[in-house]
Amino acid sequence: MARNRALRITRLLHKGLNLAITRIPSTTHEPLLWEYAESRESTDIVSLDDSYGLYIDGEFRKPKSRNSFTTVNPANEDVLAKVSEAGPADVDDAVSAARAAYENVWGPMSGAERAKYIFRIARMIQERSRELAVLETLDGGKPIKESRDIDLPLVAGHFFYYAGWADKLDYAFPGIKPKPLGVAGQVIPWNFPMLMLAWKVAPALAAGNTVVLKPAETTPLTALLFAELTQEAGLPPGVLNVVTGAGKTGAAVVSHDDVDKVAFTGSTAVGKLIQSQLAGTSKKLTLELGGKGAHVIFEDAPLDQAVEGVINGIFFNQGHVCCAGSRLFVEESIHDRFVDKLKRRLDTLRVGDPMDKNTDIGAINSKEQLDKINELVDAGQSEGAEIFQPDCELPQKGFYFRPTLFTGVSQSHRIAQEEIFGPVLSILSFRTPDEAVEKANNTPYGLSAGIWTTKGSRILWMADRLKAGVVWANTFNKFDPTSPFGGYKESGFGREGGRHGLLAYMDWDEG
Amino acid sequence: MTLAPARTSILPDRITTPTLRTFIRGVTSVDEVGAAERVAALSKRSIKRESKRAALDLIIRMMDLTTLEGKDTPGKVIQLSAKAVRPDPTDPTIPSVAAVCVYPAMVPYVVQATEGTGIHVASVATYFPSGQVDTKLKVQETRDVVAAGADEVDMVIDRGAFLSGEYFKVFDEVRRTKEAAGDAHLKVILETGELETLDNVRRASMLAMAAGADFIKTSTGKVSPAAKLDVTLVMLEAIRDFHDATGVKVGMKPAGGVRTSKDAMKYLLVLNETLGEGWMTPDWFRFGASSLLNDVLMQIRWLETGRYASPDYFTKD
Amino acid sequence: MSRLDVRKTYKLYIGGKFPRSESGRSYPALDKDGEVLARVAQGSRKDLRDAVRIARGAQSSWAGRTGYNRGQILYRIAETLEDRSGTFVEQLMATGSTKKQATDEVAAAIDRMVWYAGWPDKFAQIYGNLNPVAGPFFNISSPEATGVVGVIAPEQPGLLGLVSRLAPVLVPGNTVVLLASESNPMPAITFTEVLDTSDVPGGVVNVLTGFKDELIPFLADHMDVNAIDAGGASSEQAQRVQEGAVHNVKRVLLPGQGVAEQSPYRIAAFTETKTVWHPKGV
Repeated sequence: MARNRALRITRLLHKGLNLAITRIPSTTHEPLLWEYAESRESTDIVSLDDSYGLYIDGEFRKPKSRNSFTTVNPANEDVLAKVSEAGPADVDDAVSAARAAYENVWGPMSGAERAKYIFRIARMIQERSRELAVLETLDGGKPIKESRDIDLPLVAGHFFYYAGWADKLDYAFPGIKPKPLGVAGQVIPWNFPMLMLAWKVAPALAAGNTVVLKPAETTPLTALLFAELTQEAGLPPGVLNVVTGAGKTGAAVVSHDDVDKVAFTGSTAVGKLIQSQLAGTSKKLTLELGGKGAHVIFEDAPLDQAVEGVINGIFFNQGHVCCAGSRLFVEESIHDRFVDKLKRRLDTLRVGDPMDKNTDIGAINSKEQLDKINELVDAGQSEGAEIFQPDCELPQKGFYFRPTLFTGVSQSHRIAQEEIFGPVLSILSFRTPDEAVEKANNTPYGLSAGIWTTKGSRILWMADRLKAGVVWANTFNKFDPTSPFGGYKESGFGREGGRHGLLAYMDWDEG
Repeated sequence: MTLAPARTSILPDRITTPTLRTFIRGVTSVDEVGAAERVAALSKRSIKRESKRAALDLIIRMMDLTTLEGKDTPGKVIQLSAKAVRPDPTDPTIPSVAAVCVYPAMVPYVVQATEGTGIHVASVATYFPSGQVDTKLKVQETRDVVAAGADEVDMVIDRGAFLSGEYFKVFDEVRRTKEAAGDAHLKVILETGELETLDNVRRASMLAMAAGADFIKTSTGKVSPAAKLDVTLVMLEAIRDFHDATGVKVGMKPAGGVRTSKDAMKYLLVLNETLGEGWMTPDWFRFGASSLLNDVLMQIRWLETGRYASPDYFTKD
Repeated sequence: MSRLDVRKTYKLYIGGKFPRSESGRSYPALDKDGEVLARVAQGSRKDLRDAVRIARGAQSSWAGRTGYNRGQILYRIAETLEDRSGTFVEQLMATGSTKKQATDEVAAAIDRMVWYAGWPDKFAQIYGNLNPVAGPFFNISSPEATGVVGVIAPEQPGLLGLVSRLAPVLVPGNTVVLLASESNPMPAITFTEVLDTSDVPGGVVNVLTGFKDELIPFLADHMDVNAIDAGGASSEQAQRVQEGAVHNVKRVLLPGQGVAEQSPYRIAAFTETKTVWHPKGV
C-alpha cells in the first residue's frame, strides 16, 4: 500500500514539474575535459624600473664604474631591467658606509632597538610578500607556487626569528659574552635569491653587524626591492648596502680589507676561490657550497610518500638546490617497483611558465646553467646510463629542461659524482644498510641526505653514519628558520639558521 | 564462494587469520605528514573554466545522493529521488546523480521513484552503521536489499574485528556479503574515522579489495571525521597498487563531510593525479553526500550567470 | 765505576706504535744551553701520509665510542700524566723553565686534561639542541666530530701548549695527526708514552716530530684531512695552511683566532653540526 502511494507521489511530482524522466547514462559521456588552467599569477603587482642603481648608504646611486648589465626573465628571455655593475670604487663606498654605520649607529645601538628594526622588516616582507614572490619568479624562473608558498614565507620567518635574538644574544651560548664582528660581506646565489638574502642578512643584523650584500648577477632584482623596503622601514643608512654585479664585484667585496666577515653561498669552485683569496687574513668565513645529496630508500619505506619525497628532493626549484637529493639509492628488492612509481609520477609533472600557478618545474635560471645540465646529461648517456624523460612539451622560448631520471647508474659515472644543479636524478641500488651508508658517503660533498624506512632504530643508525649536515628522515627538502643548515667536507663550513647560525656573525669574550 | 583468481593472486594460498595477518603486515606503511603535504599541494591546483563546468557536472553524475536518518520516511526519499533525477528543475542541462543511497526499508520507494531513469539504487546493509551483529544476519540483510531492488550495496566492515587483528572475520564478511549481493555492486565502508591511522586505512583497503570489494568507501557519515582528503589519497593509492598487482580495477567513494564544490573539486584533483582519467567516471568514483548537490548547483549558476547564487533559488528535498 | 746509563731512542708515534721515520732521518733536540739533549726522529711526508691514513682508519670507532668512554680515556691520560710529572718537569727545565715554571706547567696541563675529560658526555648538551620548527617535525641538531684533524702544536709551552690543542680536538671523536714542537719536542715524545699507556686506542693520536716547514705543506694539502688547528704555526706557515686548506675546504683554526685555550668553543671548532628531521604522525 505504502509502495503504491509512493509511486503516485513520484508521478505527481514529475508530472507537476513537467519533466521528462530521462537520465543520460554516464558511460555515454565523452571523457572529461580536464585541463589545468593556465592560471598565470598577475605580474601587475610588480613595477619594474628600466634601470637600477646601487644601494649604498641608504640611497640608490649611479655606479662610479659607469657599467651596467641586463637581467632577463629566463622563462621567455625578455630583458627585465638594466642593473648597475659595482666596481672596486663602488664596493669601497659600500664598505665605508657599512663601516660608518657599524661604528656610529648599528654597533652602539641596543639589541632591543635592533630587534624592532628587524621585526619591522619581517612585517614589511609579509605585507609585500606577493610582490616579492612575483619578482622572484620573473627574475629567476622558479615556479610561482614555490616563491609564493615556500621562499617568501621562509624569508619573513627568518627575519622574524632572528629579530627576536637581537636582544637575547647573551643567552645564546653559555659562557661567552658576544659582540659583533663588524662589516659582513655577503655573496649569494641565484637559486633562492631572497631566501639566501634572508639567511645572511637577518642573523648578521641581529648580531649587530652591518652588511654589504652582493646578489647574483642573474637575479639581482629582489635584493634591490628589499633594499628599497629597508629604506621604507627606516633602517639607518649604511646598515644594509646592496652592490650588484658579477664575479668581479663579489671578489671585490670578499677581499676588501675592511670587511671583517665573509659569508658565501654558491658553487664549491667559487667557494674555494674565496677561501684562497682569504688566505693570509683572519677574516671569519662561512661557506655554503655544493652537494650531491644521497636519498636512501629502504624496502619498508612508506613508498608513496617516498616517491613524493624523491620528486620534491630533485625537482624542487628545477633541481637548482645545493641540498637536492640528486643521488637515489633504492634497496634492490624494491628497485624496479619504485622506479616504476617514479616514472609514473614524472609523467604528471607540469613543466612550463613559472608564473603559472600549476607549474611544477619552471625555467632553468640561465642559458649557461642549461648548457651545463645538457653537458652532464649527455655524459650520463654516453657513459651508458639509461635515461627516462616524460613526454612533455616545453615552451618555445626561454630555458627549460625536462625532468630526467637515469637508471643503471654506477658510482663511477659523472652523473653520480658531479653536482648537476638541475632536474636530473641518478638512480643506483644497494643491498644492505652498510652498503647504503658507504655509497652515500662516497663523495667529496656532505650537505644533505635522506632516509626512508619505517624502522626507527634504523633511521637513527643511518643518521649517525651519514656524513651530511642535514639528514631528512621520511621527508626531504624541509627548511625552517630555527633549523641549522650547512655542510660537511666540500659542502662548506659554518651553519646558517637556528641558534647555530648566530655564531657565524659573533665575536666574543670568554669568562 | 571463490574469489576471482586475479584477486587471490596477492593473497596467501590458505586464507586463515595468521596468513592474513602476515599479508596485512606486508602492506606498505604510510607517512601521515607526507600524505598531508601531498594533498595540500594538490589542493592548490586550479583548472580551466571550461573544465570547471564539466567537472561540476561530473561531480553531480558521481553523486550518491544520500539520506540515512532515523526519521527517513517514504515521502522524504521520494522527494530526494525526484531531486536525484532532476537536480535543478529550471536547468535541463544539469545531469542526474549516480545513485540514491538509503536504509534498507526505504529501498522500495527509491526503486519506484527512479524507475526507468537509470539511477542506481544503493542501500546500506550489514547492519549499518555499526555492523555489530552476527555475520548470518548481515548476509541475510544483503540478500533482502538486493531482492528489494537495490543494485548497489554499501556494507560496513567490522572495525572491532579489524582493530583486534581478526582479519579473517573482516575478510570473510566482505567475501560473503559480495556473494550475497550477487550482481549488485558492493561498496565496502571502512569507517576510516574509527581506524584512525593511515596505516590502518591502507591495510583495510587492501583487505577489502582482496576480499571482493567493487568499491571502497571511507565512511558511514555517522562517525567524525568522515571523508578526508588524505584518507582518500591513501585509499586511491591502495587502489592503484592493487590494480598494478592484480589488474583488477576497484572504485572509490568518499562519503560524509564533502559539502562544498570546492571540496569536491579537490577530491577530483587528487583522483586525477593519483589514478588518472581511467577512474574519472561515475563507474569508478562516487561522492556520498547530501548537501553537496545544492552547492554544486549554485556554483554552476555562478559560472553561467556571473552572479553569486542564493540558496533560496535551489530546491531542498 | 759508574754504571753506563741506557739512553732512549726517541721515535714517532703512529697507529699506537713507535716507528722510526721511514726516511731514516733524525735531528738533534737541544737544551737551553744548545747542547744536544737527544736525537729525535725527523718525520717525512711519507710518515705524515701513513699517519693520516691510520688516523682515518681509527676515526669512526673513536667517534663511535660513547662520550662516557672517551671521557674516561681522557681522564686516564690525566692520571698517567700525573704519574709521569717528574719526567715532564725535568724535560721542561732542560729547555729553560725554572723548577717552579715547569711544575706549574705540568700541573696546568694535567688540570686542563681533566677539564676536557669532563666534556665528551656534555658537549652535545650545550652545543646541540632541539629546534622548534614550524611544522609537524622532530628536529634536532647535534655536533659530531669533523673527522681527521691536523694539530700544529705551539713551539712553547712544550707540554701545556700540546695538551691545550690536542684535548679539545679529541673530545667529540676526531682523530689527530699532531706536529710536535720543533724546537722542544721532548715533552711531546714523552706524552706519546703517556698516551700509549692510557687506553687511547692506536691511531687516535699520531705524533710526528720533525721540521714544520717541511711537513706543513703536506698536511695542509692532504685531501683526507678535514681540519687543521694551526695554533702553533708561524704566520707564514699559517698562510700556507690556509692555502692548502682550499683543496678540500678544510676548516682552519688560526693562531690567535679568538678562542680561549680552555673553552668548549675550541671543541666546537672541530665539530660538524648535523640536523636531523623526522615527521611526527600516527
